[in-house]
Amino acid sequence: MSEVNQGMDVGYVAKLACIDLTDKEKELFQGQLDQVLHYVEQLNELDVADVEPTAHAIPVYNILRKDEVGMSLDHAAVMNNAPSSIDGQIRVPKIIDQ
Amino acid sequence: MAELHKLTIAELSELMAAGKCTSVDIVTDVLASIDATEGKVGAYLTIDREGALAQAKASDEARAAGSTLPMLGVPIAIKDLLNVKGQPCTCSSKILEGYIAPYDATVISKLREAGAVLLGRVNMDEFAMGSSTENAALGQTSNPWNLEHVPGGSSGGSAACVAADEAIASLGSDTGGSIRQPAAFCGCVGVKPTYGRVSRYGLTAFASSLDQIGPITKTVKDSAILLEAICGLDKNDSSSIDAEVPAFGKNLSDDTSLAGMKLGLPKEYFVDGMDPDVEKAVRDAVEHCKSLGAEIVDVTLPNAKYAIAVYYIIATAEASANLARFDGIRYGMRLDGRDPAELYGKTRAAGFGPEVKRRIILGTYVLSSGYYDAYYKKAQKVRTLIRNDFTEAFKQCDAILAPVTPTPAYKRGEKADDPLKMYLDDILTTPVNLAGNCALSVPCGFSATGMPIGLQIIGDDFQEETILKVGHAYEQTTEWHTRKPEIV
Amino acid sequence: MKYEATIGLETHIMQKTNSKMFCSCKYEYGAAPNTHVCPTCLGYPGALPVMNEKAIELICKAGLLLGCEINPNSKWDRKNYFYPDMAKNYQITQADQPICLGGEVTVEVEGEVKTFTLERIHQEENAAKNTHAAGASLVDYNRAGTALMEIVSNPCMHSAADALAYMTAVKQIMRYGGISDCDQEKGQMRSDVNVSVRPVGQKELGSKVEIKNMNSFAFIQDAIEYEINRQISVLESGGTVDQETRGYNPDRGETFIQRTKEDAHDYRYFPEPDLMPVKVSAEQVEQWRSELPELPSQRRARYISDLELPEYDAGILTADKDVSDWFDEAMKYTKNAKAVSNFIMGEMMRLISEQDIEISESKVTPEKLAEIIALIDSKTISTSAGKQIFEMIFIDGGEPKKIIEEKGMAQVSDDSALEGWADEAIANNPKSVDEYKSGKLGAINFLMGQVMKASKGKANPGAVMQMLKSKLDG
Ligand SMILES: [Mg+2]
Ligand SMILES: [Zn+2]
Repeated sequence: MSEVNQGMDVGYVAKLACIDLTDKEKELFQGQLDQVLHYVEQLNELDVADVEPTAHAIPVYNILRKDEVGMSLDHAAVMNNAPSSIDGQIRVPKIIDQ
Repeated sequence: MAELHKLTIAELSELMAAGKCTSVDIVTDVLASIDATEGKVGAYLTIDREGALAQAKASDEARAAGSTLPMLGVPIAIKDLLNVKGQPCTCSSKILEGYIAPYDATVISKLREAGAVLLGRVNMDEFAMGSSTENAALGQTSNPWNLEHVPGGSSGGSAACVAADEAIASLGSDTGGSIRQPAAFCGCVGVKPTYGRVSRYGLTAFASSLDQIGPITKTVKDSAILLEAICGLDKNDSSSIDAEVPAFGKNLSDDTSLAGMKLGLPKEYFVDGMDPDVEKAVRDAVEHCKSLGAEIVDVTLPNAKYAIAVYYIIATAEASANLARFDGIRYGMRLDGRDPAELYGKTRAAGFGPEVKRRIILGTYVLSSGYYDAYYKKAQKVRTLIRNDFTEAFKQCDAILAPVTPTPAYKRGEKADDPLKMYLDDILTTPVNLAGNCALSVPCGFSATGMPIGLQIIGDDFQEETILKVGHAYEQTTEWHTRKPEIV
Repeated sequence: MKYEATIGLETHIMQKTNSKMFCSCKYEYGAAPNTHVCPTCLGYPGALPVMNEKAIELICKAGLLLGCEINPNSKWDRKNYFYPDMAKNYQITQADQPICLGGEVTVEVEGEVKTFTLERIHQEENAAKNTHAAGASLVDYNRAGTALMEIVSNPCMHSAADALAYMTAVKQIMRYGGISDCDQEKGQMRSDVNVSVRPVGQKELGSKVEIKNMNSFAFIQDAIEYEINRQISVLESGGTVDQETRGYNPDRGETFIQRTKEDAHDYRYFPEPDLMPVKVSAEQVEQWRSELPELPSQRRARYISDLELPEYDAGILTADKDVSDWFDEAMKYTKNAKAVSNFIMGEMMRLISEQDIEISESKVTPEKLAEIIALIDSKTISTSAGKQIFEMIFIDGGEPKKIIEEKGMAQVSDDSALEGWADEAIANNPKSVDEYKSGKLGAINFLMGQVMKASKGKANPGAVMQMLKSKLDG
């Protein structure tokens, strides 16, 4: 975890997470999260080179559904939940293809 | 007649079956109790008075027509992260402002099938991120035992409403202790079922591989009844497991002997900095179980001490993706922008509280390129070690006894601005979520300052019946669960 | 300096399922916006994904058709990025354990047989559809979450022609296999193209430029050619090609920069906790293999060896699955493969393109064509009459025999009638007769024509020829 010790750039990560932070927040979180990251470095004590990672505590396999069409939502309910819509479509600010 | 709101599911079911009271009587009584104490407790976000009375009336008619459903006419409070068709589901967050759930969570459908009455929606830490219900954007909840103190969290409202007799029972969710810890803080019984026992469909996800829904009740028997009602395979949840569901309620006998039972005591769970009152109460409880015939054996969970580190990597990583959907596009709050990116940034900045932002940022970071192996992958491997510890331990015992929390409920604001300190309090509950097995919390005493203390009884995968039996035997031979806070 | 281009394709194909990949919403092209949506494909709080069994079967069959190895243990991952067409702001996909590994496509490019290898095929979910209105964009989630598989080739192609041959073959195989209709207009087949250029002889590849999300084969070819030339000219002018993502503007016929390497996404892949891994047993794979349909290459071989059709015919008949199926159907009613082939390549192709309809809609059914061919072979009608009848039925429908009666199209072979016409032709055309007698044997064809004309095409050409010969030679 050598590179980890450099700590994180809260501003950059917040961008990845699409959350605008105030400078006050950035400063506060930077300190708090550096503490947390320092704390979790205790995991380096452990040699887990040949330990299998656990993604599911109690794994099962091949949970499949038949290819059958079921109920969809009432269109009006979907539109009522949308903050902004036009002609049955959900309106968003113009997407400038990035 | 006894004040109905103070009774249990089991007691009320008998009274209703015997025609001594109706569901309408119960709901009316509970609503009155809410009116009397809710001003102090603040457990509820929304109370569905008309709906509850209508459901109560319907269930009385059903009973008259011969229905004997297990939860018929019993009013239940719901943690505000469960989707109920036609109702808001705020998760105590501003970002879900205006969202109306278009579907029922599977546990809600099951409660309806069991005849329960949905009373209202109770407070929690925003998106279940917290241990004190102080991270709640829409209201403050107090501990009924001392209004200056926190009820615990994240299911603080679920525990507070039951402790204050503002509901007969409630549903909470437990990702790192969010049922057991508030249950302990408020003197209730709470069960975190084995992962996959209860469908997560309709439960707003915090950390998908850890979340489980479970009951918070006044007695172990009630937890057994409510758990039985919500368990079972669900085709809508790929992580739901096809394990047979025992009759948890009926199978609890009045025989309180623990003879022939081996109960493990993990030395690692008596951490330094632990409140002496808590340690004494738990050690007394262990002695009590011994007096009921149980054999106490020492077990070791050497990797449990890494649980906090592992938990706060895995849970926040999963959360960073699970909460990405709250973007102001399809539902909820929107602050507009010149382009989608600006809309996202402004909406999520205004919609999320500080703890949620902190955890999303931490989770985003541990997954980001160059850090995945160092943090997430490593945490998943240590998670394996933690699970293996339990597998080994359960070769030597039927269940494990431990404290739920290092301290009793503390004063509001005491830890609010020290996240790490707050996180460390989860040290005794998170190992079970990481391992996937089950555990319950049952009252086992009070601190010098009069705050409740919980005993944690941990079981192996799908061994809910065992921990309920131990919990029931302990509870029925002690009087802690009969005490009520002054305000009721 | 000489340069060589290296090209790899990431081809996204929508599988032919009734419901979406992880929810039971219907996929229907052109449905009213946001009418086939549910909590899962809208990314509502608490909703969960469950795998579509048919999609798994189809991607594995696609893999088997392309010679992939089926991974006995594959799993799901979340690919995180914010975009309005992505309901959850992550896409469920397969990162390090895809369900199909390797594979290859063998094609003929400008007469040369080439084999292009695949890296993998993985399953993922489709995005919603964005349309751009004035000052805003609109999102329709009907397509969100539909089953989408991504076929990733190795960087093993070197020209636009290679890429075209590869895509054409993949499309043909997917259609034959019933995996997808690959209708590009409906966005059922889209490709990202990776292009790099290096001086011939240089070991390491040049820096890779990705051109995103194109559906038209023609555009993809143009984009590749443009991009190769652009990169070469950059190198020749002493510059360096930047690793970047570009789009293609068909109006301008140019690619344009979309994203530089610097602001490339950090997708933060991690295992999808809401979905369990997929295990595929060897038995299951064999079961699926046994259900695979005959591929175009196999059909072509069968037509040539068993039916003794020329390679040319076999190639044309198998180019389109519907045509090939129609041909096979007709062969149930006749043995005369060449005649069926001639009619399909001639009248049928001409008429369906004139009428702009599918072969399946033709009023001439395989059975009726077989009947027409039988009537020709039995000399009841002439070939030309057969063609007329084919066209009549194609336009107005009807029964071959009826039409022959009504229009009196049966051939005449009896001598008395033929003799009359033959004598007439000889009498009226002394010049041709002299030429024939003086050795210009070809002149007989003119007389032949006269007889056919007189008989309104009903005379049996063979019989007429014999009659004329006997009269002139005798
Ligand atoms: Mg892809
Ligand atoms: Zn759907």
